[in-house]
Amino acid sequence: MSALDCVIVGAGPAGITAAVYAARKRMDFIVVTQDVGGQTALSADVENYTGYQFITGAELVAKFEEHLRQFGVVLKNGTTVTRIRKAADGTFLVDTKKESFSCRTAVVASGRRPRRLDVPGEEVLRNKGVTYCATCDGPLFAGKDVAVIGGGNAALDAALQMVRIAGKVFLVNINDRLGGDAVMREKVQASDKVEVLNAAVTKEIYGGPFVQGIKVEQKGGPRDLAVEGVFIEVGSVPNSDIVDFVKKNEAGEIVVDNLNRASVPGVFAAGDVTNVPEKQIIVAAGEGAKAVLGVFRYLSQTR
Amino acid sequence: MAQVKVFSTPTCPYCIKAKNYLKEKGVAFEAVDVSQDRLALKEMVDVSGQMGVPVIVVDGDVIVGFDQERLNAKLGL
Repeated sequence: MSALDCVIVGAGPAGITAAVYAARKRMDFIVVTQDVGGQTALSADVENYTGYQFITGAELVAKFEEHLRQFGVVLKNGTTVTRIRKAADGTFLVDTKKESFSCRTAVVASGRRPRRLDVPGEEVLRNKGVTYCATCDGPLFAGKDVAVIGGGNAALDAALQMVRIAGKVFLVNINDRLGGDAVMREKVQASDKVEVLNAAVTKEIYGGPFVQGIKVEQKGGPRDLAVEGVFIEVGSVPNSDIVDFVKKNEAGEIVVDNLNRASVPGVFAAGDVTNVPEKQIIVAAGEGAKAVLGVFRYLSQTR
Repeated sequence: MAQVKVFSTPTCPYCIKAKNYLKEKGVAFEAVDVSQDRLALKEMVDVSGQMGVPVIVVDGDVIVGFDQERLNAKLGL
């Protein structure tokens, strides 16, 4: 089997933009991905992608996909990459459960996944009231009391979504004050449906078979919040486990230089899986473009 | 032909994708919006033992989430 020019892993804004650039360069490549859109698909409202004053994450992803489809790109969707390996001849092997793809370069654009809270009850009550996607599961909690765990933009976004749907919304924030953008904070603080608990540590999620409440530790003493839904929005971790031979930072992010090169020649990375600061859709898209232009240059120098 | 029922919410991206995928493949299915239909929500929770959407029931077999591999296997796609 002859090696492909490139395998792009992931199809969020970074992976899709990389694929658009690769297609225009007529590279011999495929995209291998679990889903199309990545975290963007789960964003409710996007108001900072240039050209769109307002668009939902789902609509933006549909636009991305439409752009991609125009080129007849080979998209292995619904396919999990299990590992990227170095072959003896300097090429790489991208393994999935079913098959393995040989390639001269790889662009890792595998994004991030939600961070777990790591408290008792979280795993066993997952999808039984515990969720990591307010956009998906929010409407199931119509009229019910819920807790959102977290204090950044994602938590504020989830709280604002739930204000429209739920009964009472507790926002359980581990820090002394809320983070995120001022615009979002003001909206949350203006709602009489939201109670913000600052400096509050979530200790346990309890119930059975479905969530019945959470236990929270605060300065004033413990509190027991009777809620049926728990939305966990405490950040994310990079999906970088699939490649174990490149340099990563302490957060597990793949370290790239300003040409998107990882520490091993031939491996490039882009978007939220990397150490590039600012996890933004538009940043990831730009990084995807840069990565493939870097791949193109690398291929023409090493061929 | 397989009996397919999709429990979903209007805002859930995976639900939209799952339904689009079935349409693309020419698979007929019944779609229920559990954010509007309390009885359907209860049925979904009863058959799947959980509250995440989408839930896709193919000839009585319950698939939680848009699990394309399992869906393909069940539907012979």
